[in-house]
Amino acid sequence: MAEPEQLVVEAERQAAAATTLDELSAVRTAMTGKRSPLVAARKALGDMEPDARKQAGQALNEAKAAIDEILSAREAELAAAARAEKLAAERLDLTEVVEQPASGHLHVITQTWQELEDVFVGMGYRVAEGPEIESEWYNFGALNFPLGHPARDMYDTLYVDYGEPGTTLLRTHTSPVQARVMENQEPPIYVVAPGRCFRQDTADATHMPVFHQIEGLVVDRHTTLGDLAGTIEAFTAAYFGPGFSSRLRPSYFPFTEPSAEFDIQRPDGTWLELGGCGMVHPNVFEACGIDPEQWQGFAFGFGIDRLALIRFGIDDLRELWTNDIRFLGQF
Amino acid sequence: MKVLLSWLRDFAPDIDGDSEQLAEVLADLGLAVEELSHVGRGLDGIVIAEVLATRPHPDADRIHLVDVDAGDGEALQVCCGAFNMAVGDLVPLATVGTTMPNGIEIARRKMRGEWSNGMLCSGAEIGMGDDHEGILILEQGLSLGVPLAEALGIQPDVLFDLEVNPNRPDAMSVMGVARDLAARLGVPFSVAVPAVDETGTPAAERASVSIASPDFCQRFGVRVLDNVPSGASPRWMANRLLAVGQRPINAVVDLSNYVMFELGQPNHTYDLDLVPGGELGVRMAHRGEELITLDGTARALTTYDGVIVNRDDQAIGLAGVMGGASTEISADTRSVLLEAAWWDPMTIARTARRLGLRSEASARFERGADPDIIPIALDRFAELAAALGSTTAPGMIDATGNRPEPIPVRVRSPRVNSILGTDLSTDQMIALLEPIGFACDSGEDGQDFNVNIPSWRLDSATEIDVIEEVGRLHGFSKIARTVPVTEQAGALTPQQQDRRRVRELLTGMGISEAMPLPFLAPGDLARAGLGDDGITVTNPLVAEESIMRTSLRPGLLKAVAYNAARRTTGVSLFEIGRVNPGGGGDLPDEGEHLAVILAGQEATAATTLWRRLARHLTVARPGVVNGPVDGLHPGRSGQVLADGQPVGALGEIDPQVLDAYEIDERVAWLEVDLGALLEADRGLAPYRAPSRYPSSDVDLAFTVSDEVSADEVYATIAEAGGELLASVALFDVFRSDQLGEGQRSLAFTLRFEAPDRTLNDAEVAQARQSCIDAVSNTHNASLRG
Repeated sequence: MAEPEQLVVEAERQAAAATTLDELSAVRTAMTGKRSPLVAARKALGDMEPDARKQAGQALNEAKAAIDEILSAREAELAAAARAEKLAAERLDLTEVVEQPASGHLHVITQTWQELEDVFVGMGYRVAEGPEIESEWYNFGALNFPLGHPARDMYDTLYVDYGEPGTTLLRTHTSPVQARVMENQEPPIYVVAPGRCFRQDTADATHMPVFHQIEGLVVDRHTTLGDLAGTIEAFTAAYFGPGFSSRLRPSYFPFTEPSAEFDIQRPDGTWLELGGCGMVHPNVFEACGIDPEQWQGFAFGFGIDRLALIRFGIDDLRELWTNDIRFLGQF
Repeated sequence: MKVLLSWLRDFAPDIDGDSEQLAEVLADLGLAVEELSHVGRGLDGIVIAEVLATRPHPDADRIHLVDVDAGDGEALQVCCGAFNMAVGDLVPLATVGTTMPNGIEIARRKMRGEWSNGMLCSGAEIGMGDDHEGILILEQGLSLGVPLAEALGIQPDVLFDLEVNPNRPDAMSVMGVARDLAARLGVPFSVAVPAVDETGTPAAERASVSIASPDFCQRFGVRVLDNVPSGASPRWMANRLLAVGQRPINAVVDLSNYVMFELGQPNHTYDLDLVPGGELGVRMAHRGEELITLDGTARALTTYDGVIVNRDDQAIGLAGVMGGASTEISADTRSVLLEAAWWDPMTIARTARRLGLRSEASARFERGADPDIIPIALDRFAELAAALGSTTAPGMIDATGNRPEPIPVRVRSPRVNSILGTDLSTDQMIALLEPIGFACDSGEDGQDFNVNIPSWRLDSATEIDVIEEVGRLHGFSKIARTVPVTEQAGALTPQQQDRRRVRELLTGMGISEAMPLPFLAPGDLARAGLGDDGITVTNPLVAEESIMRTSLRPGLLKAVAYNAARRTTGVSLFEIGRVNPGGGGDLPDEGEHLAVILAGQEATAATTLWRRLARHLTVARPGVVNGPVDGLHPGRSGQVLADGQPVGALGEIDPQVLDAYEIDERVAWLEVDLGALLEADRGLAPYRAPSRYPSSDVDLAFTVSDEVSADEVYATIAEAGGELLASVALFDVFRSDQLGEGQRSLAFTLRFEAPDRTLNDAEVAQARQSCIDAVSNTHNASLRG
């Protein structure tokens, strides 16, 4: 019968010889299994004298512990090696990717439109909408353009064949939404109305028969021209960023008085003529059922398309409408 | 409206300062300066030259060779792109070394092999008029080689090109602009009283005016002038007219224009010998009446046009728009009737627009001329004409129509401040208004005051008009800026938020947003399989933009075709836009549609998309019902349902439609009425806590006829599974010979669970069997082994 020390040496030799977990498992069976010399030696203890048994038993226990430790250590070694091998085998080139469909892009008009909405929502405004095919009344009449008024000629209006001739048109501005909001909502009113507008125009780099505007309307007890100028300035800072400022220049629109154009000054000192604005004309208030002695208001409006061109560095309005994926996919 | 600084100073000599700063002041007054230019600057090196000969360029068609004499008697060859000169003409020559007003330096250079020793100038190139086309032909008699500025007496000056708004009739004259500018600058302004020497038979004995349309003609003034000059106008006047863009013609025409630009009063001269008895009348035209205007055109008139008539009631002029040919002055004219009148702005606007005869004169009458400037304008004409040898008959005929009594405007000072956001005293307001002629008298309480609107401000009639003037003269830039505070929380409506969520979902799925033009050409809808054309545009510029769309389909098909033609296939696009399906009340119906086009994909891609969209928007009971849809593949199309109601269609575009658009890939399509979809029953089902007990999965495959949709089978299982059925999903479909024609296998995976216990085998088996029985019985289907 082998001495326990020899068993430990043998286990050490066999464990070291095992190169896989399976081989090691066989070693474990051979060295510590039911038919192992160790188990046989333990069975043999029963025939020994108590003193000798005690001594031999202790030696066997120590040998068993030593063998277990050897096997565990070797198992850990082999497991680590196996893991490392597997990981090495699983190596991937992470740039080796078959092209997936790209994500889609919002149209530049929508991006600009939403950004403008967000600025005004942040300033406490709601967003109103109105029809694109509009009545002569809301587009002109309610806005203090009497029938036959030369100011109507300032708008190259497209009419549609609906109802009496000349009564139904493609709205030339978003201002009809002002009138609709005032008819349907009690002041105070703080709204913006982005929307699509139309005019009889030949498409070129700076004109399209279809374009987009955003309109603002505030009606409150003590709204002033100073409020209008301050609102334009606050919008300018919020949308264009620091270093941009605004100015108002007297102008003329039938539906506001006083009326103004507003310009944005860029940090380099140059000006961008942006839009029109003014104090809501008393005749407009009356046409919409609001008492101009009780309420005051201002309105402003400007083009979205040109802002989109400037923002994205596009130099031709027609590009917005081609729907060339090489255009759409850039923004 | 172009004004010269020197001309402004005729009215307000103290207007001074940097021209850029003056431009800023003008803009702040509402007279935006579109262009600021310097007259007489950059003329050094430009001399008078005579055309000696012209020859074709041997090697170019668009330019020719001109030999000129620049004073030294030598022939100097110049290449020139304009052909309007003749031998003997005097022209401006920019000599070699000259720097032109636009900064270009003139060098001796070869043009297509021929030497050019300088440049012949157009009027526009040297700040004398707007003509870019031809070379400026100068009057005879100037000395060759003399600098142009010296020869023509051109003084350095500043030209402001102003944008004048419709509510500023006063700013249509040099005088009016000077008045505004002087008021802002706080310098004196005055209109000189013209000095007129009168001689001969009184005008009243040689002419008369009768007004039959007193509302149309508020005032009609006439002077009679004799010995009118027949030659050119004086150089200084011609220079001013040229500078403001008016080509000098002859003394009488130039005088007329000069007075109009200066005082804003258009005027007209009749050859007195051609007006029997000097009798003029004003009336509205008769229907069908005809008049040959100065340009030789016969004009058919309407009862909305005003005319000047002679003693025989024959029309001899179209009031305020254009004179008549029959009384036109000529070189033989010795005596003239000089007319200055006030016409109703709306009538003039209508006539000028109808006949396409908008002019400097009609532009002034349309805005509303100043009836009180009429006598001054007549006198100013007479004064200027006298300097050219003409004489003026004593007296002025001053016929009047119905001129409304001016009504003073009551202005409430607090109201002024309340609208403007200012804190001006009444005195300050009055101090702003008085210099522009708004005469004020203080009211009893020192707060309100009355304002007499000047005759040159027809646009101004109410308190808000006066408030605008106070604000304008005070300066908008001086008003303290405040931001109004609202208690309202800013927000998008739920519908607006949903619209954004739809866009986010679709772009997240790789679909880009398109923006096709909302106009269609006739037949576009039919080409897309959509039947009749929509609402038509009455006055489109081109036929391609004459139809309003009833569907987003034609636009997106065009977009896919556009990309395909540029070798990009498989394009996925969506659009959210308005459509006008026809019908409606006061206005045509208008809806908002969402459409998605998936090129290179089959119809079921649209179904997948629709389901994701519906789930994203938590649409109740989204469904698809197979069935033909116009313009879609008849076997690959269906209705889209939300909460049982049809809200759109999906499928594949009909191959015939694809052919029409020259698209040769399959195209999946979805179009829904977004408004209806968002209004449909929506929202999450009531919350159910996830069960803490294990679930059981069961797979069931059925052989089902093609006549039965997978959705129907799905619905049957969902119903039969009852409370215990946690989820069901179709996971496999196949067809085979074994299954037979018109049959396919649909495999579903079902998960059963209970909230309060682990289901035992018997319970699961029973639930499973219920589902099998329901599908078998309802759809005549069989469970596959």
